[in-house]
Amino acid sequence: MNLTVEVNNNIINAKQGDTILDALNQNGMGVPTLCHMKGLFPTGSCRMCVVEVEGRKNLVTACSEPVLDGMKIKTHSARVIESRKTIVELLLSNHPDDCLYCERNGSCELQTLSEDLNIRERRISGNKNNYKLDVSSASIVRDPAKCILCGRCVRVCEEIEGVSAIEFVGRGSKTFIDTAFNHGLNLSTCVNCGQCIMVCPTGALKEQPHIAEIKDMLADPEKTVVVQYAPSISVSLAEEFGFKPGQNIIGKMNAALRRIGFNFVFDTSFSADLTIMEEASELVHRVQTGGTLPMVTSCCPGWVKYAEEFQHDMLPNLSSCKSPQQMMGAIIKSYFAETEGIAPEKIYSVSVMPCTAKKFEQQREEMTQNGISDVDAVLTTRELARLIRLYGIDMQMMEPELADSPLGTRSSAGKIFGASGGVMEAAIRTAHYFITGKEMVKFQVRGVRGLQGRKEAKIKIGDLDVGVAVVSGLKNAEILMEEIRNGRNDIHFIEVMACPGGCINGGGQPIGTDEEALKARMETLYDIDEKDAIKVSHKNPYIKELYDKFLGKPLGHKSHELLHTHYQKREVN
Amino acid sequence: MNTKVQEILEKYPNAGRDSLIPILQQVQEKLGFLSEESVVEVSKHLKLPASKIFGVATFYNQFRFNQPGKYHVQVCRGTACHVLGSATVLSEIEKHLKVKAGQTTKDKLFSIEVVACIGACGLAPVISVNGEFHAKVTAASIAAIFDEYRNREEQI
Repeated sequence: MNLTVEVNNNIINAKQGDTILDALNQNGMGVPTLCHMKGLFPTGSCRMCVVEVEGRKNLVTACSEPVLDGMKIKTHSARVIESRKTIVELLLSNHPDDCLYCERNGSCELQTLSEDLNIRERRISGNKNNYKLDVSSASIVRDPAKCILCGRCVRVCEEIEGVSAIEFVGRGSKTFIDTAFNHGLNLSTCVNCGQCIMVCPTGALKEQPHIAEIKDMLADPEKTVVVQYAPSISVSLAEEFGFKPGQNIIGKMNAALRRIGFNFVFDTSFSADLTIMEEASELVHRVQTGGTLPMVTSCCPGWVKYAEEFQHDMLPNLSSCKSPQQMMGAIIKSYFAETEGIAPEKIYSVSVMPCTAKKFEQQREEMTQNGISDVDAVLTTRELARLIRLYGIDMQMMEPELADSPLGTRSSAGKIFGASGGVMEAAIRTAHYFITGKEMVKFQVRGVRGLQGRKEAKIKIGDLDVGVAVVSGLKNAEILMEEIRNGRNDIHFIEVMACPGGCINGGGQPIGTDEEALKARMETLYDIDEKDAIKVSHKNPYIKELYDKFLGKPLGHKSHELLHTHYQKREVN
Repeated sequence: MNTKVQEILEKYPNAGRDSLIPILQQVQEKLGFLSEESVVEVSKHLKLPASKIFGVATFYNQFRFNQPGKYHVQVCRGTACHVLGSATVLSEIEKHLKVKAGQTTKDKLFSIEVVACIGACGLAPVISVNGEFHAKVTAASIAAIFDEYRNREEQI
């Protein structure tokens, strides 16, 4: 049913069942929000979105109030503005005013709100709190002093990821957000996905920084500093430099990385191809020998830790393949080191990832060879942008360059890893070839594409009907695993990504990533796939060369040593 | 596995989150406080994340997370006691015992708890040690009160 509503003396149309906020947004109007999260149930707790409704004594929260026919709403009356202003002034009253030193200076919602509400003097001054930094996690730094208790991190951790590592602790003015028993994040159930950072309005959550160490290594003449970047970086970095969302700036990025001083620039999409060679072989092996099915991908370090904590009975289902980041790391310090004649300990290997969990993965004990880490440091997309600015590089002026050969050359199958469903699609293309000896007639597997949290498809490979499922957001994974446990057996291969939509929405991506940006990034990835000549990992000539010269064959002895890993049950609470 | 906690949980088969507070109350009654181990056991039983339980338990004043000392000191912070200087009394006790409210001394002898009103306003500011009331406490009288308990310990 269509409703007619009067907003600020204008008539607008609204749909029955929508909230006032929905109705306003659909008509190009808006009110500020803090605790509101699109797609999740409204809580109406921050009261930033209050509006005046004629006939109602109190101000009404637009995010949770259903819109009614004939409502007369004032979104910016003097009373409303005063109320919002007071809320922000109170939030600022105990806030550590260190914007100049803050990670989120310039991308802080609290800053924007005080600017928008024209707060230009301190009217209310309260006691500053003295909560300590939590630097215990390999991936995420928490600064509760900057927290304004909007609760978005708690909700994303519980409702999207099903992890609940953090919660409101205490009561009243002494409430803050912490882990169970105030242990550091490293001892909690946290899977390091970083979605909390993406939803945090202030600088209370950020990645564990790796820039300082990389800077030192770049200045060390003894070290050969190499860098690899994940498939999704080239389509998300653009936004940090004023290009339009989703624009592929891979060439400019290569050029910038060389200007910064990286000796070699590699593309993780190459090792994504390598992952596919191993993973598709593993899938084929499991199908043909009656191994544990469904097989589940293991590229996502957030998912891997989640499985080790909450789904440990499913660990035999996880592919033993290391993630593309770690495969690239292992190849750099073995094959590449050998061919270039550089000692592995003289190589400092950096990866640029859309992900905070990769910082944890890089430090896992299993990810070493003879005591040398496969990867030495991990930058998020945001940190790479900071590094580029630090070195004074003008991205607009960069002339595109190519990545270094051979570890910089990819098929487009490796590139689509960046979007949820991409690993699945790439693996199917190669598994089809491995099983039937023929290429697929049409490479696109539409059923696994898109931003939905769960996608399923049936794919005909020769005589086999292969059931596949793709989930993103660990809550969706939990539900699917429960179905499998309860006897569902029509699925043979599952892709899991911790972040909703996959790596293009990773916890290391630019702050302010919205649905528009996600769609644009995803479309660019599939567009690259559409236009590329080589669409399957097994046709990447450098992958063939790597197997011929060094690895032997997929799942071979050397592969097992360098490219595969194992998992352990984790007791955490 | 703590058998005391398991005995309590056995009384709540197939329980959901609505049973959380009664369970926590009984656990505290049995153990004297909510140990990490007990919270984890409750968390597994109710299929609730430990962080959620910790959040609920810290919301309420009644739950403790440290093993109480042999002598549990309750410092009244009710209105009458406040007017007569219980804030100073509390901070002096904290200084004297070298622990904060909610904590237990290293020798496990004393623990401090802040309570709202113990109904002895005529004796303000008042503290209670294992149920024994000490009236009109001042910063100067604190050392003597605790020395008395220490002496008792030595005599045992």
